[in-house]
Parts: sequence; C-alpha cells; structure tokens
Amino acid sequence: MTVESTAARKPRRSAGSKTGTTRTTAQSADAPAVDAPATAAKRVTAKRAATKKPAAKPAGTGADPDLVQLLTPEGRRIKNAAYDPYVAALTSDELRGLYRDMVLTRRFDAEATSLQRQGELGLWASLLGQEAAQIGSGRATRPDDYVFPTYREHGVAWCRDVDPTNLLGMFRGVNNGGWDPSINNFHLYTIVIGSQTLHATGYAMGVAKDGADSAVIAYFGDGASSQGDVAESFTFASVYNAPVVFFCQNNQWAISEPTERQTRVPLYQRAQGYGFPGVRVDGNDVLAVLAVTRWALERARRGEGPTLVEAFTYRMGDHTTSDDASRYRHDDERVAWEAKDPIARLRTYLEASNHADEGFFAELEAESESLGRRVREVVRAMPDPDPFAMFEHTYADGHALVDEERAQFAAYQASFADVEEA
Amino acid sequence: MALAKAINESLRKALESDPKVLIMGEDVGKLGGVFRVTDGLQKDFGEDRVIDTPLAESGIVGTAIGLALRGYRPVVEIQFDGFVFPAYDQIVTQLAKMHARALGKIKLPIVIRIPYGGGIGAVEHHSESPEALFAHVAGLKVVSPANASDAYWMMQQAIQSNDPVIFFEPKRRYWDKAEVDVEAIPGPLHKAKVVREGTDLTLAAYGPMVKLCLEVANAAAEEGRSLEVLDLRSVSPLDFDTVQASVEKTRRLVVVHEAPVFFGSGAEIAARITERCFYHLEAPVLRVGGYHAPYPPARLEDEYLPSLDRVLDAVDRSFAY
Repeated sequence: MTVESTAARKPRRSAGSKTGTTRTTAQSADAPAVDAPATAAKRVTAKRAATKKPAAKPAGTGADPDLVQLLTPEGRRIKNAAYDPYVAALTSDELRGLYRDMVLTRRFDAEATSLQRQGELGLWASLLGQEAAQIGSGRATRPDDYVFPTYREHGVAWCRDVDPTNLLGMFRGVNNGGWDPSINNFHLYTIVIGSQTLHATGYAMGVAKDGADSAVIAYFGDGASSQGDVAESFTFASVYNAPVVFFCQNNQWAISEPTERQTRVPLYQRAQGYGFPGVRVDGNDVLAVLAVTRWALERARRGEGPTLVEAFTYRMGDHTTSDDASRYRHDDERVAWEAKDPIARLRTYLEASNHADEGFFAELEAESESLGRRVREVVRAMPDPDPFAMFEHTYADGHALVDEERAQFAAYQASFADVEEA
Repeated sequence: MALAKAINESLRKALESDPKVLIMGEDVGKLGGVFRVTDGLQKDFGEDRVIDTPLAESGIVGTAIGLALRGYRPVVEIQFDGFVFPAYDQIVTQLAKMHARALGKIKLPIVIRIPYGGGIGAVEHHSESPEALFAHVAGLKVVSPANASDAYWMMQQAIQSNDPVIFFEPKRRYWDKAEVDVEAIPGPLHKAKVVREGTDLTLAAYGPMVKLCLEVANAAAEEGRSLEVLDLRSVSPLDFDTVQASVEKTRRLVVVHEAPVFFGSGAEIAARITERCFYHLEAPVLRVGGYHAPYPPARLEDEYLPSLDRVLDAVDRSFAY
C-alpha cells in the first residue's frame, strides 16, 4: 500500500484510539469552533495543496477542529472545558507576566538581529513569531523540570532565568555553549537537528529511575520531525514510559522546506503510532500553549508517560540571518500570520478585560529599551576567548595529545614574544 | 578466565560497586548479549540496571547521554563494529563535544563497548575495525585490550573515567583464556606495555593483533632476530613515549593492525615516531593492516587480515633497508 493510498483512505477524525481520549477531551462539546482562517491563509493552503498533497485534512488552516485555542487571533477568550482549568487560576499579575515575557523576548530577539547586521554576531536564529509557543511552554515548566532546547529557544531560556546575553556567546563565536545547564536545568543549545530529543528521553528515563516527580521537555521543529533521532526518541520514550514532553514548534518552514515536505499527516498525529497522546495547540496563543503544556507535564509527572505537543505557529523572520525567506516564501503568507500575532492578541485581551492599563504598557516599553541597551553593551564588551581556551575541556581527565599540542602552541605563541623583544 | 568472561566479571563488579552504573544495549539482558558478555547480569541486577533496548543504535547512545546528564554511568553495547554507524552522529557531534561545549560543567562518563575485528568468518558489517574513525575525534578516548587481564582492568578503568571511552573488544579473542588477578593494582589505562622484550625491531599492535605479533616474534627468534612486542592498549591517547623508547633501542618499527592501513592508526604512529626518532631509525616505519577495500567476504578474510607471513615479510623489508 502506498503512502498516498493510506492517506487518502484515512478518516478525517479518528475515534476510539488511545490518543483519541486526549483529543476528544480537547474537542469537548463546550469548545467552540475555531475562528475561520484569514483569506490569505486559504490562498496559501491552496498553493501548498498544489504541491501534490494527499487528501489528508489540510493542516492548520484555522478550520482544524483539533487545534486547541483559548484566545482567538482577535484577542477574544474562548472556553475550552478540557484546558481551561490549567489557566483558570492565572492572576492579572501572571497574565501581565506572560505578556511581559513575550515583549521582552521579542525585544531581545530584535536586538540580536540588529547586532548581527552590525557585525557583532556571526549569526542569529530569530524566534520572531514564536514567542507564545516558547513563553507558554516555558512558563509551564517547574524549576526541577529539565529543558532540552534546540537553538531557537530564547524565550524558553528566558523563562528558565538564563541570562539572555549568555545565549549570544555561541552566535558571537566566543564559545560553543556558554552556560552551566545544571544551574537552570536548561541544557545547551543543540545545533544538530533532533539530537537533543534523545538526550531528553534518556534524562527522563533517569528521572523515572530516580523516582522523582519532575518532568522533561524536549524542543524541536517540524523539520526535525523527519530526523531518525526524533523517531527513536519517540520509541524509547514510549517503551520506557519516560516522563518527557516532546514540544514540536511547527513554524511551517525548515529553512526553505515547507512542513508538507516533512510529513503527509499532521505532526501531532505521529504520536498515535508510538502509543502516546499528541495534541495540536495554537502556538500563537500563549494561554493555550501554557494550558496544554501544563497538562502534558503533569501527565508525565504522574507517571503516565510521554506526550507530543505540536505548537502550530509561524516563523515570521528568516530561518537565520544567513537565510532569505523571500526566495521561497510568499509575502501573503507572512501577512496572514501577522494577523495571528501572539503579542497583539494578548494585549487586546489584557486591555479588554482590564488586566492591564496604559501605565503597564508604558513601563514595559521602557524596560524593553533598557534590556536592548544592556544586551548591546554586554555583547560589544564580550572579549575574544583566550587562545588556549581551545585546549580546555576537551577531556575531563586529560589527554596526552592535548597536553602535547597545547605545549607546541605555547611555544609557537612564545616565539612571537621573542620577535617583539628583538 | 576467557576474555569475554573477564569483561563480564568486570561489569558485574562495576554494577555491584556503583548503583549509577547501567548496562544498555540490544539483547544484553535475557540473552546475555550475542557473545554472552553480559550473561547473567540482568538476572542478578534486574531490568532497571541491565536494560534491553529497542533496536536503535542512535537511540541507545543518545539516551545514554541523557542518563549520564542525570548522573548515571551507562555502559552501552553496540552489537557489532559495523553497526555503530547509526550512532556515529550521536557519538561524534554530541558525546564527544558536550563537555567542551559546557566549558567543563558537564561530564559524560559513558563506555561504548564494541566487539570488533575479523577472523571469525562472519557476514558483512560484522568484522570491521573502525577505531581510527573514533580516535580522530577529539573528546573520545579509544582503548582495546588484548588479553583477559587487561580486559578486566581496562573495563573497570573505562567505567571510572569521566570521559567517554570507546571500548573495542577483540571478538576473535573472546574465548582466549588467561590469568586474571582481580586483586592486582592495574597500571594506567592509557599506558602501553612491552609484552616481549627484544633488541632488533619493534612490533607495535593492540587488541587482536598483539597475539599475532607475539607469534611473529617467536617465529623471528627462530631466524635469529630479537623482536620487541608492544601492546599499545590505548589508541587515543596513544602512548608514544613507550613506542619511542622501544624504537630508540631497536631502531626499527612495524605497526600491525587489522584496520585498513590508509589513514589508519599506523599512519599516525609512523608520522609521530618519524618525528621523534628520525636519527634513530634504520628503516622507515612500516605498516601491516587491511587493504583500502570493503571488508571482504569471510572466505577471503585470511588474505585481507595481517597474518604471520605478512608481518614477517614486513620485518624482512625493514631489515632490507
């Protein structure tokens, strides 16, 4: 049987499966229909369909009944019986906090992009557009949870209290990591796509062995979902019932390849084949992401095993500062997603529901500028590493060859001093 | 005690003495491994300590990294040499580099056991010697015992190492027996040993080729040549000091390994010893090993692998200079 014929015969809604429980809950009768998609998004969907897409349901058009959403793109709070309890206790202060996190993260990201353009960073991977996916999930974690990011999780790092300037060392080229992961339980950025999902799974296996009630969350993208390591991590997590949440930020593009080039079925449905639940959440809705991730992490803590969360979002910028999305992406698509902006919709909600006043927004604006200034100053002041640093930490217990080559390098360096003295 | 049994005893001791030590791999539990190296360990230490894994090498190494980050000391088995490549990415891009990436804050004390080498008449992918591919990667340590006693002690030391160690087990020597003094105080893990003293030429080898080189030395002795045999034991780091001392005495060096000669560990030894001992050498450093060809079908492996005659031929060539 071919992939196409399987997909063509696939029912639009699967019922009675193990994952069905989750989605049935998520799609309870109380849950109102999700807003209709923007016109441009329809057009884009049609364009993608033209790339010989099989007859599976169109992913993420907004008409997707499987998409968990608590806040519409217009900033209207909608009910969802299954997930409302996970955000019901949020205070005004906490709601403003989520907004603040997203604004400051975006400001930090914009500053980093500018610094790259000014030659202060060698490269930058912007998170623009993915603030809700990262802040919502990051704020769902507890301090004793452990986070395995890829290389774009600046918002999650923010939630884990990693100083944002620490993230810039590797992009400036002064180190390949730069922070102690054990301090904030936030692992180093992993550049090889998908590798960290296995580290997260192994760590979670260790958590289970230790009898701890903490959980692990692994971030990856839609492109990474094609990697063997991600598939293997699903297998290991499932068979060992590891307390890990796989958090896929489907930002629609893996550099220039659309999600349709990675998968013929919606990504969250992959979980079903591995025997654990998969949920698609509106990745631009910080409340929904917070709720779904809290649910998944609590599930893990209760010993109920892994969950796949697909945060349906959009990379507003280029893949990195070396990329040029205009070569493969139509502007209309971006415009359509701008209408779903995660920050704007929460602001509308905060204002409409009197959770925040003008004073708050003004104060945040000032804080934002101050953060940008600090980031700029710290980056510009970052010294180049000592040349001998390249020999450090290659091995924990030492290595004769490293010692020999360090000595050779020292002699070579010293030879310049002789020349200078002469 | 047979070499395989010595590793088994060593793993048993490690499991007993450190609750953080885990054994992981395909078939390592109930079956005791396809070579029975882990025989009986799951029965005695349970499925939580001796873990049968899904059939996924990258998954085995990748999850071992996660377990090590959590404070465990996994000893993972790759079933055969040629099957390590699905895990090669995790080993090279993650396991080897994470300590440096974290500026020393992370330690990954993982041992990857790989039965390696030919001579057992196996099918494709079951007889390879990829040690140079690992030795080339900074952050990894690579060792290979040649006898049961070293197998026992080197495994203890590899498990105690805070660095990842690729532990190549010479599968054709698994059934060779030797005395193992489990009370002994072992020498350093990465120190080479002079296993036979000689004055005329040095044979340097590790793993399965040490026994062959001792046989070569016996044969050469009958021809009136006194060959010194070194068991290098560790490919990375490699104990060049011991090789240098031997070559300064004998003035000739032949390196023997099963892996292809081209870009192999013998090339590195030849280059460094030429640098260190240029004025002592009576002949260029010669190498005997596999050819630059895929490991051949079993019926041809006797032609491919270094043999007594091929090594003796190299010895003759050295003396012909």
